[in-house]
Amino acid sequence: MSEQRIWIRGGRILDPAAERDEPGDVLIEGGVIVAVGAKLDASDAQVIDANGAWIAPGFVDLHAHLREPGQEYKEDIASGGRSAVAGGFAAVACMANTHPVNDDPAMTDFIIDRAKQDSPARVYPIAAATRGLEGSEMTEMSALVEAGAVAFSDDGKTIMDGGVMRRILEYSKTVGSPVITHGEDRHLVGEGVVNEGPVSTKLGLPGNPAVAEDVLVTRDLMLAEMTGAHLHVAHVSTKGAVAAIRRSRERGAHVTAEVTPHHLTLTDEALLGYDTNAKVAPPLRSKADVLACREGLADGTIDAIATDHAPHAVHEKDLEFTEAPPGLIGFETAFPVVLDLVRGGELSPLELMRRLSTNPARIIGRPGGSLAIGAAADVAILDPEMNWIYDPAKGYSKSRNSPWAGQTLKGRAIATIVAGRLVYDVDRGVLYP
Amino acid sequence: MIGRDLLGTEDLDRADIERILETAEHMREIGRRTIKKVPTLRGRTIVNLFFESSTRTKSSFEIAGKRLSADVINFAAASSSLKKAESILDTARNLEAMDLDAVVVRHAVAGVPKQIADVLSAPVINAGDGAHEHPTQALLDLLTVRREKGRIDGLTIAIIGDILHSRVARSNIYAFRKMGAEVRVAGPPQMLPAAIETLGVKAFTSLREAIDGVDVVMALRIQNERLSGTYLPSVREYSATYGIDREKLKFAKDDAIVMHPGPVNRGVELSHDLTDHRPGVILDQVRNGVAIRMAVLYLLSGRRQEGDPRLDLESGEEK
Repeated sequence: MSEQRIWIRGGRILDPAAERDEPGDVLIEGGVIVAVGAKLDASDAQVIDANGAWIAPGFVDLHAHLREPGQEYKEDIASGGRSAVAGGFAAVACMANTHPVNDDPAMTDFIIDRAKQDSPARVYPIAAATRGLEGSEMTEMSALVEAGAVAFSDDGKTIMDGGVMRRILEYSKTVGSPVITHGEDRHLVGEGVVNEGPVSTKLGLPGNPAVAEDVLVTRDLMLAEMTGAHLHVAHVSTKGAVAAIRRSRERGAHVTAEVTPHHLTLTDEALLGYDTNAKVAPPLRSKADVLACREGLADGTIDAIATDHAPHAVHEKDLEFTEAPPGLIGFETAFPVVLDLVRGGELSPLELMRRLSTNPARIIGRPGGSLAIGAAADVAILDPEMNWIYDPAKGYSKSRNSPWAGQTLKGRAIATIVAGRLVYDVDRGVLYP
Repeated sequence: MIGRDLLGTEDLDRADIERILETAEHMREIGRRTIKKVPTLRGRTIVNLFFESSTRTKSSFEIAGKRLSADVINFAAASSSLKKAESILDTARNLEAMDLDAVVVRHAVAGVPKQIADVLSAPVINAGDGAHEHPTQALLDLLTVRREKGRIDGLTIAIIGDILHSRVARSNIYAFRKMGAEVRVAGPPQMLPAAIETLGVKAFTSLREAIDGVDVVMALRIQNERLSGTYLPSVREYSATYGIDREKLKFAKDDAIVMHPGPVNRGVELSHDLTDHRPGVILDQVRNGVAIRMAVLYLLSGRRQEGDPRLDLESGEEK
């Protein structure tokens, strides 16, 4: 652990866990937060000037694809971890669809070991819910949790057999980890690649109807209610799914949910020029869906913002729209993109920080999301006013598939501290490892 | 003004369309000569880049280019870039290095001509992309209707069939509406695209209501693979419900014309008696196709040089 002594001076402290939103300093020593308050004095410490900036718990991303092992040309744990801290993320949960699939404790061990050596961000493996993501045989949940898996998911591939999903949810209660559903009914999706509606009609591309998500999410919510297991709904994108989650929570189900920055801010109209970098799964939806997702995030129906960081190489995105793989890179753009909800008056800065740190940490039962004295010193220092032009080629991901490339974004992570060590500084870049 | 590319009729305005139709009228005249060739595009290179098999459209573009004295190259392209491990944009970058004057693109996936146009400096002409657009088909349909009816403004057109998968339908919807016609579409509900009325058309599931009092009935080709299984129960049922025959045509105006982008599945979209009743219109569509493509090649590739030279269609001399 780090021996750094860091004095973050003169910022706006946003600690959702303590309902705290006030100016002040944070002092870090020995990997933990040792003091929080006004006008600390630690002149022997390394000083980070946070004047005009927010001091918040480091972000926790519940949903990312780090591609290692197997597709290191797109990303690896080192590059993904570096990109994460450059966006203010102190911890990242990574999905199991690597090659080979993370469906075995040895693979979970490998990811954790590799992350310890290579990644400035904490990495929490999500194990596959079924062997080989085939949707039929469940994985050894107990052994996987012992190895360090934080959740179970066949993300990217929906478990279409409701009987299998039921047994997975039941068994997950023995380990107490959430089962994350990628809620898209594969048969209703069909060949669909863009949200079905005026845009798919205009583009002449096969439509993926919102009902494909509504139906599958509803099925899994009903199974969660029946089994009492913890269901986490990944990347909610439809009005119908938001409403279904809200009803299910009202009935007392153990359900949590996440939404991505892109589903909060972009509509399917971003695809009118056939930009494959805006091709994602589930697809960008209508304005009404985006508004419902924002409302769901604001009223607590949706707990967390997760990036679904999904790197793909340029030559893969340069294909025909139907052939290009879905996904976009999201760590470095997440904060400025979701600041839109603060500007729109839908979330206070404190509530936004809660959805980026405190809530996701709680969902997977890991530390983080708090600036309490004694808490692990995972801290994001954020300038909400900085204007910058986003160039993926200058970022840390190995891939460049972003619909925000070339755009001027407002707001940026200016420093990230993980376990008491300054790992990223906007001027000097990623500092460790 | 006509832009650099012709990717769809959605991008054209009425004046553009008028200009293309006027130019095509001149081009029709060239087709009736004994020597069907003018030197207008001499020395220009036009590439037919067809990723999807097509005999009629490809031949039509090839004939059009050759009648204008361009060198027309048919570029053999694999149907999917995944199969040959080269992305379509790499293909486009290779073409860019060959200094072409126009590239005609056909692809089974919507958007490919636009993706290629984004990296090519040469004009790109969309010869059909997925279910998106087929602008030269719509333009030749406009020319055909105008020659038959003497106008387009104020007419009512009914497009019948598999609207969901039809690029011809979309291009015709934009084109006819821009020229002042009312457009209706009709087909089985599962073959009407979501929110089709946002394109400014009235949608019907009843063929009879759709063709009531129309001036033009346009039947679309239905792909064989969609005639059984998940989209439609059977050929017989489709043809009984949505196939056009003389009986059903009685609901249209007495002088209504029947069109079809071809090739016709006889006895399916159109009854045998109708296919042979006035074959002139459907064959005129083919003839007008060459003229429209000559006009488009002329207006786009003829302008590649600076200063938009006006080319003389008689002598090929630049004025």
